[in-house]
Amino acid sequence: MQAKKRYLILLSAGACLLLLSYLGGVQLPAASRSRHDRSRTGYRPDQPWPHFSDPLHLFSPVGHTDTEEYNLHISPRQKRDGTASVYKGKRCRVDSCFDFAPCQRNGFKVYVYPQQKGEKISESYQNILSTIEGSRFYTSDPGQACLFILSLDTLDRDQLSPQYVHNLKTKVQSLPLWNDGRNHLIFNLYSGTWPDYTEDLGFDIGQAMLAKASISTENFRPNFDVSIPLFSKEHARTGGDRGFLKYNAIPPLRKYVLVFKGKRYLTGIGSDTRNALHHVHNAEDVVLLTTCKHGKDWQKHKDARCDKDNAEYDKYDYKEMLHNSTFCLVPRGRRLGSFRFLEALQAACVPVMLSNGWELPFSEIIDWNTAAVIGDERLLLQIPTTVRSIHHDKILSLRQQTQFLWEAYFSSVEKIVLTTLEIIQDRVLEHGSRSSLLWNSHPGGLFALQPVLTPDTWETSPSTTLHWVSIKPYPKFTAVIHAVSPLVSQSQPILKLLVAVAKSQYCAQIIVLWNCDKPLPAKHRWPATSVPVIVIEGENKVMSSRFLPYETIVTDAVLSLDEDTVLSTTEVDFAFTVWQSFPERIVGYPARSHFWDSNKERWGYTSKWTNDYSMVLTGAAIYHRYYHHLYTNYLPTSLKGMVDQLANCEDILMNFLVSAVTKLPPIKVTQKKQYKETMMGQSSRASRWADPDHFAQRQTCMNKFASWFGAMPLVHSQMRLDPILFKDQVSILRKKYRDIERL
Amino acid sequence: MYASGKYSSRGPALIPRMKTKHRIYYITLFSVVLLGLIATGMFQFWPHSIESAADWTLDKRSVHDAPLVHLPVSSPIPERGDLSCRMHTCFDVYRCGYNPKNKIKVYIYPLQKFVDELGVPISSTGLSREYNDLLSAISDSDFYTDDVTRACLFIPSTDVLNQNSLRIRETAQALAMLPRWDKGMNHLLFNMLPGGPPDYNTALDVPRDRALLAGGGFSTWTYRQGYDVSIPVYSPLSADVELPERQPGPRRYFILSSQTAIHREYRAELERLKEENGEALLLLDKCSNLSQGAASARKRCCKGQVYDYPHILQESSFCVVLRGARLGQAALSDVLQAGCVPVILADSYILPFSEVLDWKRASVVIPEEKLSEMYTILKNIPHRQVEEMQRQARWFWEAYFSSMKAIGLTTLQIINDRIYPYAARTYEQWNNPPVVKWSSVNSPLFLPLIPPRAPGFTAVVLTYDRVESLFRVITEISKVPSLAKLLVVWNNQNKSPPEGEKKFKCPECTAIDGLSLDQTHMVERSECINKFASVFGTMPLKVVEHRADPVLYKDDFPEKLKSFPNIGSL
Repeated sequence: MQAKKRYLILLSAGACLLLLSYLGGVQLPAASRSRHDRSRTGYRPDQPWPHFSDPLHLFSPVGHTDTEEYNLHISPRQKRDGTASVYKGKRCRVDSCFDFAPCQRNGFKVYVYPQQKGEKISESYQNILSTIEGSRFYTSDPGQACLFILSLDTLDRDQLSPQYVHNLKTKVQSLPLWNDGRNHLIFNLYSGTWPDYTEDLGFDIGQAMLAKASISTENFRPNFDVSIPLFSKEHARTGGDRGFLKYNAIPPLRKYVLVFKGKRYLTGIGSDTRNALHHVHNAEDVVLLTTCKHGKDWQKHKDARCDKDNAEYDKYDYKEMLHNSTFCLVPRGRRLGSFRFLEALQAACVPVMLSNGWELPFSEIIDWNTAAVIGDERLLLQIPTTVRSIHHDKILSLRQQTQFLWEAYFSSVEKIVLTTLEIIQDRVLEHGSRSSLLWNSHPGGLFALQPVLTPDTWETSPSTTLHWVSIKPYPKFTAVIHAVSPLVSQSQPILKLLVAVAKSQYCAQIIVLWNCDKPLPAKHRWPATSVPVIVIEGENKVMSSRFLPYETIVTDAVLSLDEDTVLSTTEVDFAFTVWQSFPERIVGYPARSHFWDSNKERWGYTSKWTNDYSMVLTGAAIYHRYYHHLYTNYLPTSLKGMVDQLANCEDILMNFLVSAVTKLPPIKVTQKKQYKETMMGQSSRASRWADPDHFAQRQTCMNKFASWFGAMPLVHSQMRLDPILFKDQVSILRKKYRDIERL
Repeated sequence: MYASGKYSSRGPALIPRMKTKHRIYYITLFSVVLLGLIATGMFQFWPHSIESAADWTLDKRSVHDAPLVHLPVSSPIPERGDLSCRMHTCFDVYRCGYNPKNKIKVYIYPLQKFVDELGVPISSTGLSREYNDLLSAISDSDFYTDDVTRACLFIPSTDVLNQNSLRIRETAQALAMLPRWDKGMNHLLFNMLPGGPPDYNTALDVPRDRALLAGGGFSTWTYRQGYDVSIPVYSPLSADVELPERQPGPRRYFILSSQTAIHREYRAELERLKEENGEALLLLDKCSNLSQGAASARKRCCKGQVYDYPHILQESSFCVVLRGARLGQAALSDVLQAGCVPVILADSYILPFSEVLDWKRASVVIPEEKLSEMYTILKNIPHRQVEEMQRQARWFWEAYFSSMKAIGLTTLQIINDRIYPYAARTYEQWNNPPVVKWSSVNSPLFLPLIPPRAPGFTAVVLTYDRVESLFRVITEISKVPSLAKLLVVWNNQNKSPPEGEKKFKCPECTAIDGLSLDQTHMVERSECINKFASVFGTMPLKVVEHRADPVLYKDDFPEKLKSFPNIGSL
């Protein structure tokens, strides 16, 4: 008994000890840890945000009583009218200063005022006007117009400039269609003058929109104005030079890290940053040079550093620095923008912006962080450290983006103007507008027209640069056969072609485009096929109708065929599998080439069998149906009209267009021997190839097209894609496309 | 404790026959244990008396403990927000400084309870659950600093999410009293419900000097682009309702309108659309038989039929989000959560996070005036695009709308991106769902460049010890005109590379004609492929059936005239 009690007591004592050690032992280390913390960091008055245990209110009561009450005393229509009358002038937005009605009625049409006698117009402004007049937006009927462009030169509003147009105020007010500037777009490159360089244009612009260079974020009316780049008189009207990046150096480092060469303003607006540049200059890889030598009386104002700076300045060549530097400093001048910006962009020298408050060009659509380093004038001294910290991959990517943006939106006056118009069009027809992705990736917004193809699968691979051409295209094609001769015999090539194409496992449907003057043949005259054959009567029987974006084309791929083309099923199958790897390019059989004829100083066209080619004829080619849309809507009426009138060159124009978009050559695939012979020995009377004028016309076409594009977009290729094992010395039974080799 | 007490009190009676020595021993032991326990208990349960507000009890604090601050009537009032403020004019960038991590430091003021001289609080609700969640999330994030001297951005703890619950003037005075206020410089306010009757301004009416405003419901006239941040109006249903993600595709209804307080003019317009297009549209309203309250927020009715909200949103391809008294609507969040494509009718509204989010990929914006054309406009959108938008809508909700934490941290990231633009998140990072980010390895080479022939190429030859084969390769490749440099990588540690033109005899080399015939070699390579594919999570390789040949390859054409006549001949 005693032993039992003793055990009991021992047990309870043990339990107590355990409890003690549990309560004390666990707590104490925690307490000591927190004490330790405090001793290390000292006394902290500010704790991290505490985790409150109280039940807290919700920020918003359930129910919509606010709106119910609000709705009782206000009508949406009244409210809209109220808004429109309040927000004018500097607070203009499309909601308050723009009339959508004419745009929705007639589409996005742009009217240019007729030029008045005696009015001088600068070359740059003339280029702007002629670009608009030559574009697909132009209308000569003000009643149709959505947007109005003045014929009065508003580009240079610096009173001290010789280009300055006087009395603009009265001239503008007296325009009968002015309507307080509503739906007008005013282009401007320079405004204000010494000493304050204001952004005022010196006349009342009313409710007009501005497409203005050097515009500041404070004056920029979002979604209303457009910030454009400053460009020089020499800026190409169309086409323009390509970017200077020819290949990607890895690692992407150049001789200099950061360069600048320009004027230094000793006093006044914009002088602070340039005056401080010498702090960062190290004469090695950061070369920032300034000169005081500008203006008539620079000697009077010069400071202690001027002579030394001027001497250093003369030692370096601007162009050499531009091309050999990874980054180019673009500091503000008297105004926010400078020519240097576009120069750096073209030279693939990543611009480092030091221009606080500049609304960068086309900021509404361009993501400048992908092509430039946006610095802060206040942090000039950090700039070298910042640019040095940028990773090589990022530099490579920034550099390429400068080239893409230069070529897509800036290389010519035409591109700058069209981009401006497209931006406004996107606002006007908002629900169909282009996403930022389309604007910021190759080939850019000017080639991504409405209605835009959906960026289907975002599984775009790095090699598929065209986002809107899906990487996984619809796995079938639509054949479009262009028929021009009547159906008289059952042995005509078109019927053989129809049967051969229909047998392809990838064929979804065949469209026969009946561009023949004879009436449509009866249905039973067409051979029976396993795929649907749709016969469409050509619109006006013109050539361009073969590239219309027919709604019946549901597949991504279009196999375009002439009626006399000879193709086997195997050839079609193989070409389609190749196209699936290159959905943005033309893939086909007969190839042609262009060359520069230096004697005649013009482009030449050749159908000779040569070692290279730059065109693939659309009489037998596969391409993305998007190009039908682009051909019809992007190209101007002048070029399409020429094609229709000659009934020729439509295939050349299509090649120009696709190469302008992709900057790549088309792809020729293997053709069966017999095909070549038939092509060469064509004697069919109906064939347009037999016409001796045909060839001469094609030369003319090429030169006309090249001048509209502003440059020669065609690119040569020396490559033909053959089936793997083609003509290899293995058993023919192991070859998938064996018919291509067989004679 | 109770048990031990009982034993110790009865101790002497229970052990009478124990030896005194033992008894004393036990009693002492018990007393020590008991004292220890009592001391521990004191320590445990009365901490406040030992150390005031000790930091290890942080987890259990009450908002009522916040210090009370009396606002004098004459306390200064900040100026109204300056519409011309931009980061380079109203923001002190020096506070952020150069920072290798390119991350701003954010300080949160400790909670204070502001009352006027009569003791009436400046806010009828005080700290809301949402604002508390937001501040907690920020204080748990990498942005947070407790060191006020090192902060780049300051966040007041005064809750201004809902202007309705605020006394405007006093709230402004309270802000101005903050120790680092300095004209509101670098201060960030979060507000979701701005304005008040009758006109409902689109930005918070509290005067705030230069403070940045993260506001829900900005219009183009109040939003200072590049300075303010447009944020969503948080929907409390986000936390309460779970809507599993649905596969994109056609839904039972084409257009759904589920908001309850729609202006009668707009409702009439919707009714007319419904008449024209029938079953494709579903127009819901609040249920007349349910009383106001939480329950009614979860129900919608149409002709006596009751629908669960927000679940019904998942049954439609498009969901209408009309403006109300305010431009920002919590319904937008519900609609996105349901993966329904929002059709936004709110003229001049600045969409949430529009600075970084590409709303064209996730929504359709239609001018209010065009409500009558809504059906036609939406019908013109291709199916594939609708599906893409459904997916994108859901992803926007998950990443940027689903919690106060998401909203708060997104806001800070946007400001962070402005301060360190060269380290900003990219368009793709903001807008592409993570699946996409993951599956495409971003190549830094993307511009279609055809490099000029001039710089030529560098040949890199990897070799082990088959010297004869190496020499053959070198001889052949050095004939190529565009070869600029030839680099031989000697990959054998046991042998040094051959010098000069010395020829080595290597009997094994001729024995095996090419490694690829070796069986084990093939097995190894198959294993490699499987291993790589499993690490990549997918098979990135693609099969093609073509091969590049010169244009005139094997053509019946004089060999002399071919650019590459030797290709194909063995």
